[in-house]
Amino acid sequence: MNDLPAISRRIRRQLVTLSHEAKTPHLGSSLSCVDILTAAYWGALRIDPARPRDEARDRLVFSKGHAATTLYTALWLRGFFDDALMATYAKPGGTLPEHPSPGCAPGVEAVAGSLGHGLSLGVGMALAARIQGLPSRVYVVMSDGECDEGSVWEAALMAPAQQLETLTVIVDYNKWQATGRSSEVMSLAPLREKWAAFGWSAYEVDGHDVEALARLLSHVPDGSGKPVAIVAHTVKGKGVSFMEDDNNWHYRIPNADELARALKELE
Amino acid sequence: MRDAFANELLDLAKADPRVVLLSGDIGNRMFDKFKAACPGRFYNCGVAEANMTSVAAGMALSGLRPVTYTITAFNTLRCLEQIRLDVCYQNLPVVLVGVGGGLSYASLNATHHALEDIACLRMLPKMTVICPCDAWETRAAMRAALALGAPVYVRLGKKGEPTVHDRVPDFTIGKGMVLREGRDVCFIGTGTMLPTVLAAADRLGRDGMVAGVVNMHTVKPLDVALCAEVFARYPLVVSVEEHSAAGGLGGSIAEWRAGLSTPGLAPLLRIGTADDFMYVAGEQEYAREYFGLTEEHIAAQVAQALRA
Repeated sequence: MNDLPAISRRIRRQLVTLSHEAKTPHLGSSLSCVDILTAAYWGALRIDPARPRDEARDRLVFSKGHAATTLYTALWLRGFFDDALMATYAKPGGTLPEHPSPGCAPGVEAVAGSLGHGLSLGVGMALAARIQGLPSRVYVVMSDGECDEGSVWEAALMAPAQQLETLTVIVDYNKWQATGRSSEVMSLAPLREKWAAFGWSAYEVDGHDVEALARLLSHVPDGSGKPVAIVAHTVKGKGVSFMEDDNNWHYRIPNADELARALKELE
Repeated sequence: MRDAFANELLDLAKADPRVVLLSGDIGNRMFDKFKAACPGRFYNCGVAEANMTSVAAGMALSGLRPVTYTITAFNTLRCLEQIRLDVCYQNLPVVLVGVGGGLSYASLNATHHALEDIACLRMLPKMTVICPCDAWETRAAMRAALALGAPVYVRLGKKGEPTVHDRVPDFTIGKGMVLREGRDVCFIGTGTMLPTVLAAADRLGRDGMVAGVVNMHTVKPLDVALCAEVFARYPLVVSVEEHSAAGGLGGSIAEWRAGLSTPGLAPLLRIGTADDFMYVAGEQEYAREYFGLTEEHIAAQVAQALRA
């Protein structure tokens, strides 16, 4: 059995390092979704890093593209690509931009960067698996700010109509969007109830209980005949005390001293 | 044209299990045969075009060949970002089919007019833009579009249009068709304006002016080899489209021509709709008259340009 909390700490160390070295923002958003990706890539997804295009694989659509470093790091540590590719992150001419672009690395399933696209892409992939008679499950990771986009709710209406029980959306509910408290910007709450009202089998969980998340993600389909929505309560900047729930870290980049302090906390 | 589309797609889907049809809550009954022959491959995506477009992209990422179908205005500008990012940026084999191109739905007001769609979609990298001129060419265009394996936009009229061809034509994406040779002027038309262009050419002929006619069914990629021949050979070239005179076929030809310093190239007269909405009621025939897209207006503009 994998030590999932240790994997999450390893990912977080890489995230603060990447942000410092490449001088790229969105660190708070990247840190909040780490445990979700750890649970998915090490606990639930039926994938083989050696066969990233296998047609029967489970798929993870990473829709909150601004947190791309979390996706890249998870795929790298899971063995989808090597150190050499990881080292090109955000380098001019490299294939790993600050948002995932098409075909940028093995294991990246779809483009992201403009919010509100991933859930619809996931609906398409889940329908395709059904049409093709494949067992693939599809997991879509979204941000709470992303739920502002109308297209999310178009997809939320379609998936239950198609009884897409192999589709799961996980909302990284860190309560902040770029410039304000999510609840003050748009009326998101009660978020679990919204998904339930749209016809989803909706759960509300601690988005940092990585073991529990892994169990929940593994138990899809959950027997309800409905797509699954998981509202994962998270903390923006999770894992670094002086970044937690401080929205300055949406854009701020750690200096050398802050990096050292963060790495010490994440040992 | 829409029946030709439905019938051709049925044939294509029977032959290729990857073909899936997504409709934006239109075409009631039109797809009954498709649903019966290809169970599980028709999806009414409701009035949610942004989602429909991305769902199609998701299907294409998994190896399917989706075709989205709804009213042109809503299958293009309403979901333009989904087309740009999910379909074009990812370079996926999604065929977007718009019914009611140009002024086909004139009477429903400008919400249903599609006069900027060619301009917007031809700007997108990786996109191919095809405007079939009749029901026969619609069949040919659908075959070619699905065979291409890349993003394609197919712009249809509505129903009952006059035909230009008498059978499914030989059709190659990006290769215009010379329908008539001429002497004094050459029309380059696209889509459902072609019958009107041919009639305008006839009208000019009765006044002693011999007009050539090119069917430029593919607006992107533009057949620049054919354009080069036409602009070298004729004293005047006239583009005609049921679309804004800015940014569409005429705009594309103008961009190409502006990049050439070849001496003696013909001037280009662009005929299309004005930089305005139509604020009054009226069917397609009225709307074409309103925007000057009738054979009489077109012939008169050309005659005036030739006299100048």
